[in-house]
Amino acid sequence: MEQHNKDQVLSENNNNKCQDPNPRFTFEGCNVLLDVNDGDRLVFARLSGGSTLKIGNTKYSLKPLIGAPFGSLFQVETGEDVSFLSRILPVKKEESISNNVIEDSRDNRELIDNNEAQNLTEEEIETMRREGAKGDEIIEALIANSKTFDKKFQLSQEKYKLKKQKKYAPKVLLRRPFARSICEAYFKKYPARIGFLRVDALSLLLTMANVTAYSDVLVVDMVGGLVTGAVAERLGGTGYVCNTFKGNSPPSVDMVKMFNFTDKVIERIVQSSINDLSSAKTVLSPEGGVCNAEININESSTCDIVEDVSVTAEARVVDDVVPVSKVIKAPKAGAKASKEAVEMWKENGFSSLIMAAQDQDPWSLAKDVLPLLSYSAPFAIYHQYLQPLATCMHNLQQEKMAINLQITEPWLREYQVLTSRTHPHMQMSSFGGYVLSGTRISTT
Amino acid sequence: MLPTDSNKALSFKRGIQDGDLVIVYERHDVMKPVKVTKDGVLQNRFGFYKHSDWIGKPLGTKVFSNKGKFVYLLAPTPELWTLVLSHRTQILYIADISFVVMYLEVVPGCVVLESGTGSGSLSTSLARAVAPTGHVYSFDYHEQRAACAREDFEMTGISSLVTVEVRDIQGQGFPEKLSGLADSVFLDLPQPWLAVPSAAKMLKEDGVLCSFSPCIEQVQRTCEVLRSDFIEIRTFEVLLRTYEVKEMKVETVAVIGESQDEEDNGGPRPSKRKHLSNNGDYAVSHDNSSNATSVVMARPCSEARGHTGYLTFARLQCLS
Repeated sequence: MEQHNKDQVLSENNNNKCQDPNPRFTFEGCNVLLDVNDGDRLVFARLSGGSTLKIGNTKYSLKPLIGAPFGSLFQVETGEDVSFLSRILPVKKEESISNNVIEDSRDNRELIDNNEAQNLTEEEIETMRREGAKGDEIIEALIANSKTFDKKFQLSQEKYKLKKQKKYAPKVLLRRPFARSICEAYFKKYPARIGFLRVDALSLLLTMANVTAYSDVLVVDMVGGLVTGAVAERLGGTGYVCNTFKGNSPPSVDMVKMFNFTDKVIERIVQSSINDLSSAKTVLSPEGGVCNAEININESSTCDIVEDVSVTAEARVVDDVVPVSKVIKAPKAGAKASKEAVEMWKENGFSSLIMAAQDQDPWSLAKDVLPLLSYSAPFAIYHQYLQPLATCMHNLQQEKMAINLQITEPWLREYQVLTSRTHPHMQMSSFGGYVLSGTRISTT
Repeated sequence: MLPTDSNKALSFKRGIQDGDLVIVYERHDVMKPVKVTKDGVLQNRFGFYKHSDWIGKPLGTKVFSNKGKFVYLLAPTPELWTLVLSHRTQILYIADISFVVMYLEVVPGCVVLESGTGSGSLSTSLARAVAPTGHVYSFDYHEQRAACAREDFEMTGISSLVTVEVRDIQGQGFPEKLSGLADSVFLDLPQPWLAVPSAAKMLKEDGVLCSFSPCIEQVQRTCEVLRSDFIEIRTFEVLLRTYEVKEMKVETVAVIGESQDEEDNGGPRPSKRKHLSNNGDYAVSHDNSSNATSVVMARPCSEARGHTGYLTFARLQCLS
């Protein structure tokens, strides 16, 4: 059995990037996903000495998070004069919730909503905080001074405690950004930017397009780079993900930056126009064109990372240190595909295709892009509207370009599972997009 | 099946060779895996097909039977394999498989443990995700099933990525030698809660566990046990709705608005409406206003899988 020696923080000097493909610890300059109060808020941040996270009205330095293992939990603690984020180890919860919840006869019949249940005033709480009371102590005090707490149903008591904890002792969970969490965070906050591509639909695209190491995956990514990044994550620095586009300027794949990809992975993320990939022989655009393309990429990738990664409007992650010189040295995601690679694809074809082109007609793209695939190559086309996919499927059938065609729509429901209180969530996403999948065939 | 072997990768140029595994595609619901041999013959309701005619042709092409009927020969993928493999047990299908692989955060180089192996439907997709440097350790207490799975993995060419062992995971737990090495663990067991403590030992900190159970009572008990060592415990159900697409001739009334206005002007409304619906067709009564056009339309298929199982995910607490 191979020994997996990943439990080390590698900090490379040349570009300050961790070159471990599966890091388990954060490092300076790494992108993380911060889960505030059990999924209430998801915030992307880049860890550096100067970066901060705003919770409520207070900004907290993210410095204590550097070097911590992914999955570790932080809580706001009040110090001498400032409060700060501090690592906490979870306490083993004894099974406090008794199984006779159902028999608890207390209910809300005696609760009167007149805002007089709490004896502590806001000023008194503020004073406690100034004097350095811990969040837990404030919560204790609130419970002690609540006239109604004892009368509450046992489960309402828990809810009350949780609500107060979120306010007075917020917790931050440090998570490694994966395609899964990036997609979920965007879907929650800015679904339109990723074309309403829900995580289960994204997972279907990757599966249906048979994405695996050493494959050459053609993508049409007009969802900000989410699909490109998700494919690159599955390639692990082998094969290629080639983003293709109509016209002259490639769409932005900025989201790729959030994955903490190593240079080896980034080198495998390239772009090439449909024209360049389709032209019969090596009629790559002249030198000037190449230069232009590269300039474009540089511009788009040096733009402020912070704007893009901050998922919540109220939580702005401030990053004072923008290491411009370092950024330029590191390889770029989305560089122009080399002539050799383009030649290879012309000869062999791509091994699969994923299209996620918002506001584009899938058929008019598919008819140009599908011939770039090897025979027997699977493909998956995402769209947030059904009709254009239906038309695309019909045309593919008529032109005998593909078989095994199917339009599917994933459906995802989450459940609350608790003793005697298991049921589906009261709110759910009712739409995550449509996927047209199929297999390209030889027309001869 | 996986392009880790570069001379097996898809290409316009590479022809089918003796010894290749191909999927013979008749229709989307009639497919069959076939190992190509020089003297092999495939027989179906359309006649017989000589393998020797196939050798040298690229994958994804039509081949004809002695009666001139054709089928397609496709390269195997884990998805096609899931549709054609022999069901020794209830298997996981594409929606659950895709979601599990993504939610377990399986990427190249990962070590994944799985129990039971079953028919190897999920194992194949896990192998695809951990390739080229990771590994899947799959366990089943059923000796014959494990042997069949090994044979299948040999045939699909993924045996270097999957190790199948015979072991009762509920009773014995995972083997000690894998302790602390797993990035993710997948459980598909009748009593998954019995295997949770062992799974927690196998996982690296922050590693993800998934338990698949058809019944909510199983989920309930599993979640109770998970709460002692795991965080972010979430349970999902994922299903797929498929659509039928048809081109149909539909009658359209060019001036439907006007005709209604005319009728609204004369006589009381309700009776007119009744008259229209009795007639059944707006178009019949009007000359030159009817027009048959072809429209491509989609609607959900009438029948679908209504339940497969609940997927419970949890992340091992970070204590170091």
